[in-house]
Amino acid sequence: MENKKGDSRRKFLDNGLKLGLITAIGSIGLTKLASNLTAQSTEKSGDTMQLMTTDGKLIEVDSSQVEEVVHSTNPDKVYNVREGLPNRKFVMVIDLARCKNAQKCVKACNSAHYITTHNAWLKVYDMKESEETASYWMPTLCQHCDHPACVKVCPVDATFKRRDGLVLIDNERCIGCRFCMAACPYSARVFNWSEPDQIVAMAEMGEEAMHHESTPDYAGFPSIKGTVDKCDFCPHMIKEEKLPHCVSACPNGVYFFGDAYEDSVTNGEETFQLSKLLKDKAGYRLMESLGTEPSVYYLPPVDRMVDFEKGLDIYHELNPENKSH
Amino acid sequence: MQKYDQLVKDLAPKKFGIKGTIWIAFLVIIILAALYAYYQQLTKGLIVTDMRDYALWGVYISNFVFFVAVSLIGSLISAVLTISKQKWSIPLTRIAEIVAIASIIMAGLTIIIDMGRPDRLWHIFVYGRAQSPIVWDVLVISTYLFISALLIYYPLLPDFAILKKYYKDAGSKESKWYGKLSLNWTGSPKQKEILHKSIRTLAVLIIPVAFAVHTVTSWLFSTTYRPGWDSTNFGPYFVAGAFVAGTAAVIMITYVLRSTHNLKEYLPDEIFDKLGKLLVLLCLIYIYFNINEYLIPAYKNTSEEKEHLYSLFFGNYAILFWSVIFISFIFPVIVLIFPKGRKPLPMFFIGFIVLVGSWWKRYIIVTPTLLHPFLPIQDVDKAWHQYFPTVVEWTITFGTLASALLIITILVRYLPIVPIQETAEENNLIETAKKSE
Repeated sequence: MENKKGDSRRKFLDNGLKLGLITAIGSIGLTKLASNLTAQSTEKSGDTMQLMTTDGKLIEVDSSQVEEVVHSTNPDKVYNVREGLPNRKFVMVIDLARCKNAQKCVKACNSAHYITTHNAWLKVYDMKESEETASYWMPTLCQHCDHPACVKVCPVDATFKRRDGLVLIDNERCIGCRFCMAACPYSARVFNWSEPDQIVAMAEMGEEAMHHESTPDYAGFPSIKGTVDKCDFCPHMIKEEKLPHCVSACPNGVYFFGDAYEDSVTNGEETFQLSKLLKDKAGYRLMESLGTEPSVYYLPPVDRMVDFEKGLDIYHELNPENKSH
Repeated sequence: MQKYDQLVKDLAPKKFGIKGTIWIAFLVIIILAALYAYYQQLTKGLIVTDMRDYALWGVYISNFVFFVAVSLIGSLISAVLTISKQKWSIPLTRIAEIVAIASIIMAGLTIIIDMGRPDRLWHIFVYGRAQSPIVWDVLVISTYLFISALLIYYPLLPDFAILKKYYKDAGSKESKWYGKLSLNWTGSPKQKEILHKSIRTLAVLIIPVAFAVHTVTSWLFSTTYRPGWDSTNFGPYFVAGAFVAGTAAVIMITYVLRSTHNLKEYLPDEIFDKLGKLLVLLCLIYIYFNINEYLIPAYKNTSEEKEHLYSLFFGNYAILFWSVIFISFIFPVIVLIFPKGRKPLPMFFIGFIVLVGSWWKRYIIVTPTLLHPFLPIQDVDKAWHQYFPTVVEWTITFGTLASALLIITILVRYLPIVPIQETAEENNLIETAKKSE
């Protein structure tokens, strides 16, 4: 009984397959035939047109043969917030030898992204390799890693890596688990522990700014309570062919921004060949051993100041809560 | 016959007395306070906690790990010990499963409490990515909850049928409910065979799932680069610690139920003796893992680990760290080696010490690590260098612990704490009962 059942089913499948094949072949044949028929039916109109081919030759064709073609829209050339700018690979070079902790970068970043509390995305560390060496200043921001630990652990694809090298956050999707913050070895991420107090800063920008919708390519505009924020490499500036805020704000030309595919970086005044600059000045990346492949390179702090000043305790100045004191 | 009736009467669930009512009221008050605290957290944001950008996980996460840990006891007692034919643990299977169910439910809820956007929980199901250990955790915990629920329900079928009859004779309305829940259990050989097979299948299935639950939970930490978490040892280390915590919980709850429900006859001193020996073994295994986890990194003393280990051994966390190791894991082993230490009352206190230590142990695993990031903590508020839970965090945490106890209390109210059918079979009472019918 069971055997029979199996047999009949196999037969049915067999027949079905054959029938399907015949239909497929038949329909292909029919369409071919139909297209041939329509081609034959068009007669020459007598009018001719002169056209230029892609290799520069002039040719003459009958005007009835000319058909308008829809402009090709290459999906690789359309900007998509999750895919990034096509055929670009953004990198940054930070020349530690030039940094004097002027904090203009921090200020510019904070105001451009409406960062109102002390969780600045851009931090300038007072660093030392060992007890014997002199101190130096080291600005850090999101390293936009090519193997980002944060993206790997995100449960909802809220933080993602774009083809142009940027690691961004979709604050409308983030669930606030903070796993990405635990995963990031560079402490680059900050959390909106309370309702962000951006109203004053945004009101200065006018009514329109107050209703700006959160988008991954303009982080912090606005920030959303219970979600993670970090440096976004300013794609809103890049799109307008402008440099990120920290780069243009730096009075000492510490930051160089550019495109690895073009092999060039610029701080707005000087432009260097990326590969040559890194080679000549022994560029390196932070915590290379972790395998995160950052997009931010550092040039070593040569000629560092021996009389290193603890300097401006500018953090208090930047912090609006302390301003009133 | 009389013996059988007495057994059913002894083991049938009982209504709460005054003590029980006070106990429930106490739990409900804590839970209400916690709900109010959580409402504060929802409206103001996680700013009401002491967590900040460096100490980005705190007591909620360590409490979550604690709940997951305790839940593993269900699989140890009702699966590992049952499959290895340990008869002494039969009266404990129900208690172990009740503890497991209550803690795994609370583990799931606790992790939601930690979320910055609990309103977007559904994103995990819509946008979930297979790469993320959180997604694995969600899958594994829900699977564990499901299997645990079946594992507690199947062995209850014969008991429900017994209770249906018992309450019918007593003229109680509850009979109807137990009847429905018993799914027409008649005790026919065929039913028995199906039940036996299903329980055995589940008991085997739950072991890998239980290991997975806590191993994946440990991966939430060990998949990061952080000093103190960056360990290949974390999975077995967590599983070993989980069995310690769960056994301590079962010891305490068994002791309490035994006196509140007059079950000394069914939960004899011998059970505590065996549990004590089991706890010694589990503690020794856990101490072994601790040696691996702390002394080997300390031997190498890499620059990343150095700062972290210093804070544990000699720094801010030293008192807590050494208290947990010595008082909660080494001292119990010494006490429990002596037969007098394995008597019920000393066992209750040992269970308490071990359970409290286990809770703090998770706290020590989760919070100090985050205060030692790779790049130094500079230019931030002084308070960000430290972490200690705020009143809101404590209230919510105690609320979750009270909720777990409330779930246990409610289950204990309606389910027979000691399996009736199995105990009867064990004492050959079924045959005699049948004969006399």
